[in-house]
Amino acid sequence: MKLIIAYIQPERLNAVKQALFEADVTKMSVTNALGCGAQGGFHESYRGADIEVNLLKKVRIEIAINEDFQQNAVDAIIKGAKTGSIGDGKIFVLDLADCIRIRTGELGREAVG
Amino acid sequence: MRTKWKIFGGLAVVMLAMLVAPGAFAQEEEAAALTPADVLFTVNNTWMLVATFLVFIMHLGFACLEVGLTRAKNTVNILFKNTAIVAIGILTYAAVGFNLMYPGEFSDLLGGGVFGFAGFGVDPGADGQTIAYADGAYTYWTDFIFQAMFAATAATIISGAVAERIKLLPFLLITSVYVALVYPWLGSWKWGTGWLDAKGFYDFAGSTLVHSVGGWGALAGVIVLGPRLGKYVNGKINGISGHSMPLATIGVFLLWLGWFGFNGGSVLSADPNLVSLVFVTTTLAAAAGVVGAMISTWVIQKKPDLSMVLNGSLAGLVGITAGADSVTVMSSVIIGLVAGVLVVAAVLLIDKAKLDDPVGAISVHLVCGIWGTLAVGIFNADINVGVQALGVLAYAAVAFPAALVLFLIAKVTIGIRVSEKEEIGGLDVGEHGMEAYSGFQIFTSQ
Repeated sequence: MKLIIAYIQPERLNAVKQALFEADVTKMSVTNALGCGAQGGFHESYRGADIEVNLLKKVRIEIAINEDFQQNAVDAIIKGAKTGSIGDGKIFVLDLADCIRIRTGELGREAVG
Repeated sequence: MRTKWKIFGGLAVVMLAMLVAPGAFAQEEEAAALTPADVLFTVNNTWMLVATFLVFIMHLGFACLEVGLTRAKNTVNILFKNTAIVAIGILTYAAVGFNLMYPGEFSDLLGGGVFGFAGFGVDPGADGQTIAYADGAYTYWTDFIFQAMFAATAATIISGAVAERIKLLPFLLITSVYVALVYPWLGSWKWGTGWLDAKGFYDFAGSTLVHSVGGWGALAGVIVLGPRLGKYVNGKINGISGHSMPLATIGVFLLWLGWFGFNGGSVLSADPNLVSLVFVTTTLAAAAGVVGAMISTWVIQKKPDLSMVLNGSLAGLVGITAGADSVTVMSSVIIGLVAGVLVVAAVLLIDKAKLDDPVGAISVHLVCGIWGTLAVGIFNADINVGVQALGVLAYAAVAFPAALVLFLIAKVTIGIRVSEKEEIGGLDVGEHGMEAYSGFQIFTSQ
């Protein structure tokens, strides 16, 4: 079992969800995040003074996945999120020690689904 | 320290007394020369000026309502549009609009009563500031500024319908031309004693002249601009929630407050009977609009939708605007009730037709504007429904194509729609480089 954590641009979320849906991955957790990477912030101004905006809005997607779906899920995320410009995001793949479904008490691969 | 202030205080009182005293004496001399007509002139004029600033506050109402019913990432843009269009509307009205709307004399074009222009700029003329100008009802300046407020409201109706995806510059250009030229020219047909007025067409405070003219502009914009991204996907209608119901509610109540001036001032004097009657018909129609919308939304949508109910009060207000002074109180309730039901139906049907109107401007102003205009003919035996319908059609035949042309010209020259990236990131950052809620983590990925 793996846990995929992907940071993407907020405006790509719908595209990523759609791509994941087409890859048969429908379970995920989405949170808002602030982050920065190579993108370096953007320019805002307020009443004549410039504002440095360094922490940008990002969307974080977490997906617990069985190994056989892992590559599909990663490809789907890349397909949905990639625009070619700086700030597309990053995907981390972690090993998942265990997974329990609360409603039924199922463990491991069945719980991941 | 205390003594210093006591001395200053004493000095101030003495100086004040010296300033006021001569004035008090002069007052007594002038009081003797005031006639009842003069007093009435002042009373009438004062009411008209109060009505003027009541209509003015409607702009804050529009701004709050539009902001509340759209997404946070576009709030600066909407506020900017509302502020700018008020300013531009009033200035163009001073430059050309007032004299287009009230030309005094019409040219013979198309049989007369169709087009007239009294010259650029505002000029009170010989008796503009005297009791003779409007039979002691108001001065030229009052006339101008009161009407100028109306002009600005017609323009601002469009801003809600095209919100969240229109580029700022083309919007300002289009609405500037629309409010500077189209609105006043069409207004001359009735209020400027043009050909529709001669036919007996009746529009007390502007259901057609203001609300439907704005509504036709809104409809044209919605059609040419297209829907917001993600609104109609795969045949499904997706709701895009407004981000502040409190602001929307504040906006609607400010508009309702302003309507006391909008309709009350359209009596064009402080006539106690008419103004008080108008206050009553206006308010009852608004209340009935709320109830009509509340019942409709509860039945159709299973749970009562606040934004529909808010639109309902506005629908009732727009509906009564054509005939607030010429229908019975009972009629005003029915007119408001019907408007409340109509607006809910219109919002749903317009959405079904894949026309994206984020705030329901078309439903409130166009649909209920037409209803209000016809309703006067229905509920007042002295007014001919046929002529009312003629007026509706005449305005439709000119306002809608004019707006369409403006939007299309802008579309093919400078483009009217923001890029997809900007629309998703928000027009606040895209068009203005700033945020409305800086420091608040308001996220949106839609």
